[in-house]
Amino acid sequence: MHTNYKELATQGLWSNNPGLVQLLGLCPLLAVTNTVTNALGLGLATLLVLLGSNLVVSSIRNWVPREIRIPVFVLVIASFVTAVQLLMNAFTYQLYLALGIFIPLIVTNCAIIGRAEAFASKNPLLPSAFDALMMGLGFAAVLVVLGGMRELLGQGTLFDGADALLGPWASVLRIEVLALDHYFLLALLPPGAFIGMGLLIAAKNAIDGRRQRKQQVKTEITRARVTGTIV
Amino acid sequence: MSLRIASSPHQHNQKTTRQLMLWVVVAAVPAIAVQSYLFGYGVLVQLVLAISTAWASEALVLMLRDKTILPRLNDHSALVTAVLLAVSIPAYAPWWLVVLGTAFAIIMVKQLYGGLGFNLFNPAMAAYVLLLIAFPVQMTQWLPPASLQQHALGPMDAVCTVFNQASCQGVTLEQLRLDADGMTMATPLDTARTDLTMGLTLPESFDKPIFQNDLGVGWFWLNLAWLAGGLLLLQQRVIQWRIPISVLGSLALCSLVAWSINPDTQLSPVFQLFSGATMLAAFFIATDPVSASTTARGRIYYGVLIGVLVFVIRGWGGYPDAFAFAVLLANMTVPLIDYYTRPRTYGHKTPQERP
Repeated sequence: MHTNYKELATQGLWSNNPGLVQLLGLCPLLAVTNTVTNALGLGLATLLVLLGSNLVVSSIRNWVPREIRIPVFVLVIASFVTAVQLLMNAFTYQLYLALGIFIPLIVTNCAIIGRAEAFASKNPLLPSAFDALMMGLGFAAVLVVLGGMRELLGQGTLFDGADALLGPWASVLRIEVLALDHYFLLALLPPGAFIGMGLLIAAKNAIDGRRQRKQQVKTEITRARVTGTIV
Repeated sequence: MSLRIASSPHQHNQKTTRQLMLWVVVAAVPAIAVQSYLFGYGVLVQLVLAISTAWASEALVLMLRDKTILPRLNDHSALVTAVLLAVSIPAYAPWWLVVLGTAFAIIMVKQLYGGLGFNLFNPAMAAYVLLLIAFPVQMTQWLPPASLQQHALGPMDAVCTVFNQASCQGVTLEQLRLDADGMTMATPLDTARTDLTMGLTLPESFDKPIFQNDLGVGWFWLNLAWLAGGLLLLQQRVIQWRIPISVLGSLALCSLVAWSINPDTQLSPVFQLFSGATMLAAFFIATDPVSASTTARGRIYYGVLIGVLVFVIRGWGGYPDAFAFAVLLANMTVPLIDYYTRPRTYGHKTPQERP
């Protein structure tokens, strides 16, 4: 069976994006995106779990009875989440503290079990891995964009505390874009996440709508049968 | 003579949206005058900022939505939102506060829901809550009434203070807020509340200069002015009596019961009615025709809900005044209230009367 990798990529990154279109995993998406660093940390953790779970689910798909597939998938995902949690505890302790409960909560991220059920359990190893990568990147991208928006509006910086994720050298990444006298608390608080997410979804729909309209215009212009020439 | 067939209601007052909104602004004029006289000319600067922002953001969104701009700007609903927000925030709050708030009110709360008539929440109050949550310090910097201020502020000073947070002579806002004893002044509601948490009784708290005859200096007059404006609106039938009466009645009743049980820790009904935003909210904000309940009975439930919520939040909530929160919470219940209080259609029976 030939797999269309390009199609998988556009599905994961844009047209079926877990954050913007499927609206899955909104709980961590809205909760931890107050800075780019937190968002990137959780995005990477989710990406790793998604990749691992899709790989394993895909490779055992022929041996798991249909009736008990969901518990098996959950167990697989939970094992990867535990591993990622321990890794973060060991190597990025500050970020581990900042993300708190939302790392173990990756288990309940519907985007992951959704991909296991809808894609990995029906497809071979390589496409499943690629699908996981694209879906994970799409999710992480939404997280980072939302985190960037909120951090910029809220405290006027970007990559604040990046050393917690990437090691001490990364503290140079911190950019002070706007010197704000006062934090815009709303952007950092949960309402800011909801409003920001709504704006992102609206922007995506607007872009899609504009693209569709352009295509329609194009199809209108092409004429099926030319009977004469227009002077 | 033409006998046209038109649908009911056949008799209605002929006011357009534009006229209604203009009446609201006219009725607000006495209170704005009192507020700028008692609390400084800053409120006029805030009004100018708010109105220009409101018009600009309304025009911007209408342009993006491919709608005709002028007819919709001319209904003056944006003007009313701007006026209500500008009088709600402290007179010398920094200029960006009111600009941000008004833009949020018009763009997010009103136009994103579909424009006038479609917004779930009262735009001015939603913006007020946004500002209160996002900038709690700036939003509680009320200056004491002019009679208690140590520095007289002229009209030019008002402009300087709004833009620089210091008067043209360089007296900072923090210094302006100090009284003769070097204590920072707060609003009467805030003072009463803080004193209660510090273990004082209300009669002890009322000895402070910000109170006079057990009422807040200045705030009493301000509330009277809003009441006068409200009565004008009632007289002109711009609003109906049900919402304001039920808001004020339920607030007065709740506080009367609590006050007669314990006058040392509970604010008296008169103090509740004539401090903070009571009259402004009861007549001008809760009666917003879009976000308030639309049925006759529903309006009473809606008003009572606001009054009770205000009493509860003022007494036990985290903020000194509560009208913005109460109005927003009541806005949320409006679809439900309207659903259960649909009036009986003429010639039909109510569900209870049906066999």
